[in-house]
Amino acid sequence: MGHDHPHDNGSELSDTQVRVRALESVLIEKGLVDPAALDALIETYETKVGPHNGARVIAKAWTDDAYRARLFEDATAAIAELGYVGRQGEHMIAVENTPDTHNMVVCTLCSCYPWPVLGLPPVWYKSAPYRSRAVSEPRAVLADFGVTLPAETEIRVWDSTSELRYLVVPMRPRGSDGWSEEQLASVVTRDGMIGTGLL
Amino acid sequence: MNGAHDMGGAHGFGPVVAEVDEPWFHAEWERRVFAMVIATGAGGLWNIDAGRFAREDRPPGEYLDMSYFEIWLAGLERLLAERGYPSKVLAAADVPAAMARGGPATRPSDRPARFAVGDRVRTRNTHPHTHTRLPRYARGRVGTVERLHGTHVFPDSNAHFAGEDPQWLYTVRFTARELWGSDAPDSVSIDAFEPYLEPA
Repeated sequence: MGHDHPHDNGSELSDTQVRVRALESVLIEKGLVDPAALDALIETYETKVGPHNGARVIAKAWTDDAYRARLFEDATAAIAELGYVGRQGEHMIAVENTPDTHNMVVCTLCSCYPWPVLGLPPVWYKSAPYRSRAVSEPRAVLADFGVTLPAETEIRVWDSTSELRYLVVPMRPRGSDGWSEEQLASVVTRDGMIGTGLL
Repeated sequence: MNGAHDMGGAHGFGPVVAEVDEPWFHAEWERRVFAMVIATGAGGLWNIDAGRFAREDRPPGEYLDMSYFEIWLAGLERLLAERGYPSKVLAAADVPAAMARGGPATRPSDRPARFAVGDRVRTRNTHPHTHTRLPRYARGRVGTVERLHGTHVFPDSNAHFAGEDPQWLYTVRFTARELWGSDAPDSVSIDAFEPYLEPA
């Protein structure tokens, strides 16, 4: 998957570009899509939604014990408190990393991912290497990300096979006592919230 | 269906390579495909499960040779050909509300849950040609029910417009030993609909 198209950046249009333009033209001419709606959708997921949302959830969970409890009790509602709701995040589950347990999220069947807190998934998350190996050899996949965990740490892989969406709550970094929520949020990474990175 | 999309446990795809400072889209046409799929999906002629089946239901070589948004494009072309063109149009002004509303999959049902937390269950050894969300690597395996999530739209019927048929949804956890014969202390959980399960 993900092979290159030699003409994507040149003046010559690839077959795919031609198909996409033709389809969009037909849909717009027939009045079946509002081109301004297409622009609004793209703008939403390119500029508004992203892992900065999830990072705020994590920072709040690290600093507010009552919020943390609500997050693990009903993640959808707790995340909605911060204004992150909707498509591909309708049914959220928060899972907690501890010294004994490391969580990692995949969708082996397609690309299910918690859009409201992480935005759209990166290419590697949707790729055959990740989808094939995350469930069967999670430690080797983590090694691809430069992460090595002790042999006795349990790696819990969550395969998103329904409309449930998972958010990994990483361990709070050492030495971050007294940090503000903003400072804490700034060190939370997308991969940390998928479970392929450590903080 | 046992398609190329059902990748869990497959070999030969190589390492995971993450792109540094990856953009949200890699070409303008990807933006347009993404937005067209969302916008036409709001037209109500198909559902998310039918959308997934339209993407996965193709020869393995074809599926594996396409990039992610090429698969989305092919799926959309098929849905339009099979279901027609939606007449209900998502207006730009309605985009924020539509995205905030999303598409919750929970549905009320009087069905009692067949399984409880802690129950040992075996996934069915089943190979439908139709849509299913039970991955091949987790069929015929014994796991433990860890959570109940209420009753949700059943993708296996909804994808084929045979009704939402709400079913209990469970977190079922399998050891790495059960799935892969591994000695690691690891585990994999799936979201399993009740028809996928029988008592172990």
